[in-house]
Amino acid sequence: MQLVLEKRAERSRTIALVSPLIAIGLTLVTMSVLFAVLGKNPITALGVYFIAPLTDGYSLQEIAVKATPLVMIAIGLSLCYLANAWNIGAEGQFLIGAVAGSWIAVKTQGTEAGHWVLPAMLVAGAAAGALYALIPALCRVKFGASEILTSLMLVYVADLLLDYLVRGPWRDPAGFNFPTTAEFDPVATVPVLIEGGRLHLGSIIALVVVAAAFVLLDRTIKGFEIRVVGVAPRAARFGGFNANQLILLTFAVSGALAGLAGIIEVAGPIGHLQPGISPGYGFTAIIVAFLGRLNPVGILIAGLFLALTFIGGEQAQITMKIPLDVTKVFQGILLFYVLACDSLILYRFKLVSAAPQVQRAAR
Amino acid sequence: MLDPAPATPQTSHPLLQTVGLTKRYGDFLANDSIDIEIFPREIHALLGENGAGKSTLVKTIYGLVQPSAGELRWQGAPIKLSGPAEARSLGIGMVFQHFSLFDNLTVAENVALGLDGKEPFKAISARLADVARDYGLPLDPSREVWQLSVGERQRIEIVRALMQNPKFLILDEPTAVLTPQEADQLFVVLERLKAEGRAILYISHKLDEVKRLCDTATILRGGKKVATCNPKRETAASLARMMVGTEIKEVKPPAERRTTVPRLVVNDLNLAPSELHGISLRNISFELKGGEILGIAGVAGNGQDELFAALSGERLVKEPGTIIIDGLACGHLSITQRRKMGAAFVPEERLGHGTAPRMRLSENALLTGHAAGDMVRHGFINAAATLRTVDLTTETFDVRKAKRDPEAASLSGGNLQKFVVGREILRGPAVLVVNQPTWGVDAGAAAIIRQALIDLASAGAAVLVTSQDLDELIEIADRIAVMFHGHLSEALPRADATREKLGLLMGGATLEKEAAHAIGA
Repeated sequence: MQLVLEKRAERSRTIALVSPLIAIGLTLVTMSVLFAVLGKNPITALGVYFIAPLTDGYSLQEIAVKATPLVMIAIGLSLCYLANAWNIGAEGQFLIGAVAGSWIAVKTQGTEAGHWVLPAMLVAGAAAGALYALIPALCRVKFGASEILTSLMLVYVADLLLDYLVRGPWRDPAGFNFPTTAEFDPVATVPVLIEGGRLHLGSIIALVVVAAAFVLLDRTIKGFEIRVVGVAPRAARFGGFNANQLILLTFAVSGALAGLAGIIEVAGPIGHLQPGISPGYGFTAIIVAFLGRLNPVGILIAGLFLALTFIGGEQAQITMKIPLDVTKVFQGILLFYVLACDSLILYRFKLVSAAPQVQRAAR
Repeated sequence: MLDPAPATPQTSHPLLQTVGLTKRYGDFLANDSIDIEIFPREIHALLGENGAGKSTLVKTIYGLVQPSAGELRWQGAPIKLSGPAEARSLGIGMVFQHFSLFDNLTVAENVALGLDGKEPFKAISARLADVARDYGLPLDPSREVWQLSVGERQRIEIVRALMQNPKFLILDEPTAVLTPQEADQLFVVLERLKAEGRAILYISHKLDEVKRLCDTATILRGGKKVATCNPKRETAASLARMMVGTEIKEVKPPAERRTTVPRLVVNDLNLAPSELHGISLRNISFELKGGEILGIAGVAGNGQDELFAALSGERLVKEPGTIIIDGLACGHLSITQRRKMGAAFVPEERLGHGTAPRMRLSENALLTGHAAGDMVRHGFINAAATLRTVDLTTETFDVRKAKRDPEAASLSGGNLQKFVVGREILRGPAVLVVNQPTWGVDAGAAAIIRQALIDLASAGAAVLVTSQDLDELIEIADRIAVMFHGHLSEALPRADATREKLGLLMGGATLEKEAAHAIGA
């Protein structure tokens, strides 16, 4: 008997749906081992991670709040990845969007500016994110520079720019020298959906983005172009689709979505600009995009799931003294398993029986 | 030279024998219990359609593939080959259809890289020159491969195999890339090798060649051995019947076609290659009228792909007037714009170029159908219209598939080709440019496709067919031109286009009456 990996004639739709679940299952098993090694009871730990946050209203709202930027960024990234354009710098585009939107908030602070402020901030955040993402995209199209490296490096530029602004020009004079801007005015703040709660308008925007991406990819010729360029570049050229144009487009859209997520995060849950506004949303969104099969609905589910790990991780830190870094380990292991399980979409395991007439089984 | 000549090969012992040789890929039996005996001093043909299992069988014999069951016997003794090196050490050589040569290295360097053992380079060069001269295969060891023609490249592969003094030589479709004259030269070499007592396994689907050259033929169909026979006693029709299993539908000769106005005109097309060692198109001009099929013959790699890219608009030319479709200059227009003008294109490579392999047929209908018609409205896809194209193509061109809308990659070569050609023909194009319409396609599908091309021309379209298969062009084209080194010869009317004349043009000669054009070009 021999186990061989055999190519399927056609990609399996069942496995495409089930593969993330298998990956999550394997991750949970691995995490249990890890918890046991850390000297914690795996069942209790998993309960704190994945069950407890689902049982109270505050945590549920918090999950939605955390999922909002993850889903918005991951939707944009999925467009890039489908088109074979590798935007790794969503974190930077997120920060730049936050900075650009905050600029309007800071400049209008304490003035009579009306209700145009928040919309203007959102537009500025999206535009800045798009322009920032176009830098690596143009370098790729014009000079053939690897967009993976350039987009990643620009994350640190954005990070330091934000740091400079909040420590220098935009620092709140009444802020006891903390590196932060003043609290944004009410007209510069994303409204909450439930009085006294944390859930905000951004979550609705994220849902709209998911729906729009679904229609784009499934129903429009532009979405078709994006998908063909990714899976069969030569056929795409034969179809008359311009790969470079699509790289620019998908980078711009994903940059805009990341930038929008950035300003919503700052003008919403946080309320002011400060360093460390993102616990790595731009990077975690890469996992969300792949866990969600680069599919808008899948991304929505995956975003909620990863948000759960953030909340669960915080609670585990508080109640069980499990280091917060375990959450990142968890996310890394999950991505690893997702990519591994994906091979089952195109391949299947098969037992080759060593029947008597078979002298040499296929290698 | 090696052993005394037997009166008939069958009285000696087989040099190589396969007994119940089986190769299974998953549920698919590529070779199903094949018995074959090959004797010294014999040219043994292996006949079969694409997918019949010829390649798997010879790869097994050459040690590239491990059999699932059955055994190989070499001079009577069972052997197990761990790989090609072991096969070579026994005396089994192989010349592949697709060459494995490094363009930027010289002939001698390429040969040295392919040889096992530690012979010094100078000795290899000297021996290479000797072997080449000895067998009448002229080769300059110091030239770089990129400067050589396809025929010369094949010579390198043959000489490389001969330098190991094989007792048994496998040739995989060696004449596919040769002009008729080059093929004749190859046959002389093969007869010589046979006279020296070597055995040759000759894979081909060209029946005339097999009848002329081979002593024995084994015919495979669907992975099984159908028959072993003496091809000289069979007719081409009876061999074809055994290969295909049924009678092949004859393509109806083109009815009286009236040519109309010029629909595709190319004026002095020049195009630099897009990659290193690519072919430049030089001074290509022709005029193709409605109702007419123009064939372009030529050995692969003489600029056919470049011409296709220029005609389709995958590569643009600066001067709009260089390419004129239905009276409109379009050299600068994209492939989508050219499709809107009524042009349609079928590239050589079905998977990856003509279709996205892992996308459904309906999506692949959209790939070329989005330009014109009702598949896209205000940027939104009309899924029903794309499925309608799939259904219509399936019905009209007898595309066999497992379900209504499968992935392109799951179709067999012949069925996918019928889809790719049908998809374009059903759009009713004014101009159809098609590259290698029946390459690697079973005989039944090939007949359907050729008939469709003829019918399209009869309906008034201009059809440009590029093919390496001279028989195909002679069957369907009204005029045939030849591509060589990026030049296109004057088109010969079908009545005038003999294999000999075309062969000379394919080898770069210029026919007398055309000398003036050639010099001008």
